[in-house]
Amino acid sequence: MRLALEIALARAAGRLSRLAARGGGTTIPGRILDSLDPEAVGTLASKLPAGTALVSATNGKTTTSAMVAEILGPRVRLAHNRAGANLVSGVASTLLAARGAELGLFEVDEGALPDVARRVRPRAVCFANLFRDQLDRYGELESIAEGWRRAVAALPQETRVIVNADDPLLAQLTGEREGLVTFGLDDPSVARERLPHAADSKYCLVCGTPYDYAAAYVGHLGDFRCPNCGHRRPPLGIAARDIHLEGLERSTFELATPEGTTRVDLPLPGLYNVYNALAAASLALTLGASLDEVREGLGRFRAAFGRFERIAVGDKAVIVLLVKNPAGANEAIRTLVDGNPPRLAMIALNDDIADGRDVSWIWDVDFEPLFGGLERLVAGGARAEELALRAKYGGLAPDRIEVARPLERALDRALELTPAGGELVVLPTYTAMLALRKITAERGFVRPYWEEAAA
Amino acid sequence: MKIRIGHLYPDHLNIYADRGNMAVLARRAEWRGIGFEWQGIGPGEPLDPAAFDLLYVGGGQDREQALVAPDLAARGQALEEALSRGAAILAVCGGYQLLGRFYRDRAGVELPGAGIFDHHTIAGEGRMIGDVLLDCELQPDLRRPLAGFENHAGRTILGDRAEPLGRVVAGFGNDGRSGFEGCRRGRAIGTYLHGPLLPRNPWFADWLLAHALTGPTGEPPELEPLSDDLEADAQHVSAERARSRGGRGLS
Repeated sequence: MRLALEIALARAAGRLSRLAARGGGTTIPGRILDSLDPEAVGTLASKLPAGTALVSATNGKTTTSAMVAEILGPRVRLAHNRAGANLVSGVASTLLAARGAELGLFEVDEGALPDVARRVRPRAVCFANLFRDQLDRYGELESIAEGWRRAVAALPQETRVIVNADDPLLAQLTGEREGLVTFGLDDPSVARERLPHAADSKYCLVCGTPYDYAAAYVGHLGDFRCPNCGHRRPPLGIAARDIHLEGLERSTFELATPEGTTRVDLPLPGLYNVYNALAAASLALTLGASLDEVREGLGRFRAAFGRFERIAVGDKAVIVLLVKNPAGANEAIRTLVDGNPPRLAMIALNDDIADGRDVSWIWDVDFEPLFGGLERLVAGGARAEELALRAKYGGLAPDRIEVARPLERALDRALELTPAGGELVVLPTYTAMLALRKITAERGFVRPYWEEAAA
Repeated sequence: MKIRIGHLYPDHLNIYADRGNMAVLARRAEWRGIGFEWQGIGPGEPLDPAAFDLLYVGGGQDREQALVAPDLAARGQALEEALSRGAAILAVCGGYQLLGRFYRDRAGVELPGAGIFDHHTIAGEGRMIGDVLLDCELQPDLRRPLAGFENHAGRTILGDRAEPLGRVVAGFGNDGRSGFEGCRRGRAIGTYLHGPLLPRNPWFADWLLAHALTGPTGEPPELEPLSDDLEADAQHVSAERARSRGGRGLS
């Protein structure tokens, strides 16, 4: 009875939040419920007949969980925090809103993972990657890893753990748990020649010697091996082989699993999306999906908002690529430049808490391949000048750089520079992306993100 | 004219955009026709005290920092000799801590530093994270602001002989209470400010370049002025950030 009352109160708050135009009400109901009754999240989760699955990672958690939703959607009713509200409050809000759901599917913030896992006692947890990210907010990589290590140790014995074995830190922290599912890439033809500047876990976790990589794929993810003590990538249970990256349009790969092999045609670009698809496939298979369901679900997937999303603006198109940390930005840029190197780009750098107040990360991003092809860069956002300096000292001639702090002005200027029928590439940080979405929504080009999430 | 830079542990200590500081030194030298030579020095690799005009040590995550700390601690003598031959030093964050006398960790264990600066650092509860603004007076006619970002759990205590880099206008600084930030010993500067430090503080980048180019006894050369409007705007925004949301000091 008490829980029912709390739920009613919290749901009403969500409606109020939307009415007050404060956003989509994606976190407020949960925050209220959680403060009324900290046990409520666990109680609600325990009512889901098919249990709960969690996805956590520095990069790709929104895309990966959306892929899992696409695969499992036809089979089960989901409670899924699709709009990316991924703290305890967002999980609680989603549980409140999803009546009649059978399976909980949540992307979870790296820092919040231990707390969420403790409360919902998940049926499966997928650990997809750990990169340096917003050190002012998350602290150092090792402190997140330590939280995850403890969370894994505290999981119920029957919880299945799915891990990216190409990440040395994750492979180490999940250990040799019973029922562990490992996934990774197995195609050296798409490997990088060397580790990028901002590679993180590049020294052996056991003895400190630099790892030898038979293949380095994304950041420090790859087929690693310590030449001194032999610490190496564990055997892959599920692998992506024979990977073909086809410009900005799609990627295809062979998905090899213990249940058999299938060819996946993924309508998303970039090697990092192959990782996302592989993580999603591994989690979905663990939750009981068939190989056919995986292939079909991934085949009809559409980009999550802001992740290579195309927005039509009159006779022009805006391609939005969220950038939030060096590893993610490097891959977005690599994919962009491998496709069709743009001559015009807009980068929007904000420094709110959700972006990271410390903007130094932009210097760890390998922007140079992008700058090298630009005739014009429009720098926008609260820290536009810092971004412009990154470009200036990164070799872009100052007369090619325009600074417009207000995002609306930056967008208008960049659109003005875009030829008719052309495409404008925009790389915003998180809050800049939300702001740009609001601007394009007000002009009638996209729907607000909470409506998109409910669709 | 050319400047020779020795960058200590670039593969281990590179967390807060140390690469940005290097890019600024390289470009500002290049734009003035000054040659630029860069050499990375990893653990166990020799450091010739006569070979460099500027030595740089950046910041790292705890794990990487622990991997290089003993190696750096053993280089005190080589660094002293480089200083006496006229080299400048810039050490940021972890590098700044490691160049002090010692670092006392949470368990009370003291790890020796290179002893270049007269300070020691004690690991504390809670990190000091935020925008920072300093008021610096490196010489009587040069009073300028430095704007950056700090993120450190260590409290750095200056010794009686040590001179700070600047006075904290907004932010935490060395220990959150003394009101001072960084440490200066002649041409050697240590600081917690990253962000990175040099792009938005070009006057300081030029001060370092000039002093690195001076040699043991001479006067620093006059560097040709550059157009720094963008840099000035970035510094202004960063300084405003520190004033409105920088750390407020620890009790």
